[in-house]
Amino acid sequence: MKKNYYLKFAGKYLLRMVTLLIAVSIVSFVLVSFSPVDPVQQYVGSVPNVSAEQREKIAEYWGLNDPPVERFLAWGSSILKGDFGVSLLYRRPVLDIVREKFAVSLALMLTSWLLSGILGFTLGCLMGVFNGRWTDKILKKLCLTMCSIPTFWIGIVFLILFSVKLGWFPMGMSVPMGVPTAEVTIWQRIHHLILPALTLSFLSFAGVALHTREKLVDVLESDYVLFARARGESQWSILKRHGLRNILLPAVTMQFGSFSELFGGSVLAENVFSYPGLGAAASAAGMSSDVPLLLGITLFSALFVFIGNMLADIIYRIVDPQIGEGERNESYGK
Amino acid sequence: MEKEGILVVKELSVSFRMYDKGLEQYELEVISNLNLDLKPGEIVAVAGASGSGKSLLAHAVMGLLPGNATVGGEIRYRGEVLTQKRKEALRGREIALVPQSVAYLDPLMRVGNQVRGNRPDEGRRKAQKEIFRRFQLQERAEKLYPFQLSGGMARRVLVSTAVISGARVILADEPTPGLDLEMAVEALKVFRELADEGKAVILITHDIDLAVHVADRIAVFYAGTTLELMKASDFQEGKARHPYTRALWEALPQNGFRPIPGFQPYAKALPVGCLFGPRCPRKTKACEAEIPMRKLCGGYVRCIYGD
Repeated sequence: MKKNYYLKFAGKYLLRMVTLLIAVSIVSFVLVSFSPVDPVQQYVGSVPNVSAEQREKIAEYWGLNDPPVERFLAWGSSILKGDFGVSLLYRRPVLDIVREKFAVSLALMLTSWLLSGILGFTLGCLMGVFNGRWTDKILKKLCLTMCSIPTFWIGIVFLILFSVKLGWFPMGMSVPMGVPTAEVTIWQRIHHLILPALTLSFLSFAGVALHTREKLVDVLESDYVLFARARGESQWSILKRHGLRNILLPAVTMQFGSFSELFGGSVLAENVFSYPGLGAAASAAGMSSDVPLLLGITLFSALFVFIGNMLADIIYRIVDPQIGEGERNESYGK
Repeated sequence: MEKEGILVVKELSVSFRMYDKGLEQYELEVISNLNLDLKPGEIVAVAGASGSGKSLLAHAVMGLLPGNATVGGEIRYRGEVLTQKRKEALRGREIALVPQSVAYLDPLMRVGNQVRGNRPDEGRRKAQKEIFRRFQLQERAEKLYPFQLSGGMARRVLVSTAVISGARVILADEPTPGLDLEMAVEALKVFRELADEGKAVILITHDIDLAVHVADRIAVFYAGTTLELMKASDFQEGKARHPYTRALWEALPQNGFRPIPGFQPYAKALPVGCLFGPRCPRKTKACEAEIPMRKLCGGYVRCIYGD
């Protein structure tokens, strides 16, 4: 019966994922086909002597004159076969580029994700405990200010301060210039990673802190904390026994739900630091009308965000007894 | 001289600092001249309408009032005046609260763990198992989360927290809400048992009819003050002295079901003199003076008349 429950669970998510990807591909295909981008012009580029007849031939060969539905189905079926097309910008298969760039971005996103999660949660707890006192007031104002600072701006400020003025960190890129890939050390990579990761974590860090603060204040004002106090528990014991237990869950959910912000933020952060990741590739594809790459990244990022939300959901079910045991009991009963 | 009770509340007042329109501050006195005394082995039922200050009394005794509250008067435990610091040291050890509902349990912690408290050792574990057996809670109940408890189980778990603490004074805040008669009587019996073991119990309730069956004495609260302290048997026999207590008695179904007009005044607009004055059939000019609590027929009453 337990196996049945997990199967049903997995099936539900698979169905959701498939419908989401179909919806995203339809919307992005429609948007691209309405855009003023001329694929033939993009393909030909700045080569001067391509006649109108030759252009017509290319369009015919690509099926650009077919009705939109037919074109969508042709594109969709090759996607299903794993053929995402060739990037016009890099002149290489889209899938290879996404894979390569994602590996670079992953280190950056993971670092800033952990950084903002841990720091934000700690700071939020601190504010919640000192609710209403000066520690809380100062930190809260700081967080609200941080929330309203745009990522690219703080990135530039970091660059001016830490790279130009102080010279602690490199100006950009993910590896030092002029060094063969094989000779790049892990320390050099980390050295290049710090500033972009810090910039990226700035985006969600204050949000996590403020959210955690609200939750902790709610918990500390709840009836069960009042009762714990009546039973002689100290403030510290209450925080340890009831506070953390009750705010960890929403915090974890929010952290996994923040994958979309993370991806959006990486586009800006990577551009400021010329960090060669997926975010930079996305904006490069957009700027140079590289349609296959843009669509590939769109689908991939949708999948990425979906997985984040799915993990949040699954963790909630495992950790929260009110959902977990309730549902399992229900399925036992049937 | 009569021996002083284990818990004595004398001329207690509680007021809250509030904000009016704009930033104007004012003090809202919600409890005034409240008196109560409690002896080991007895149950005192505190009865009164919503807003008469019953729960605030419990919170004041335990030192659980919010920061904007000011407490006046005196609370003595075994002859010692309780300061906020002493209250914090005593609560959960000498004085225990039994809250009204399952909302007072941590929703994410198994109830066994919660009953054992924050210093679980082998002794606590054994005590918890024993108490669960005593209250006919199954062995597996300790592994349940609060949302999985039935109403009756939740009541017994909440009482368990007070029993395991070994407290001498138990404050039960509305222990019978939403329970049917049979279950409510069952719940109250537990408190009778505890009192018979020598504990002192304050039973806060608005179901006076139910409370008199288990209580030794009744304290009638009205608009934040005590109007009468009397034997429960006297109340049952209709021997109420205060006009308000009399009205309460007459409003019970078995005694005529007669309500009186008017409503309890709001703390911000209290009448001068006797708080019950505006609704009292026997009100005279003399009632507009300060009315002291006086001894009468083995009880206390805050009324200048008395027979």
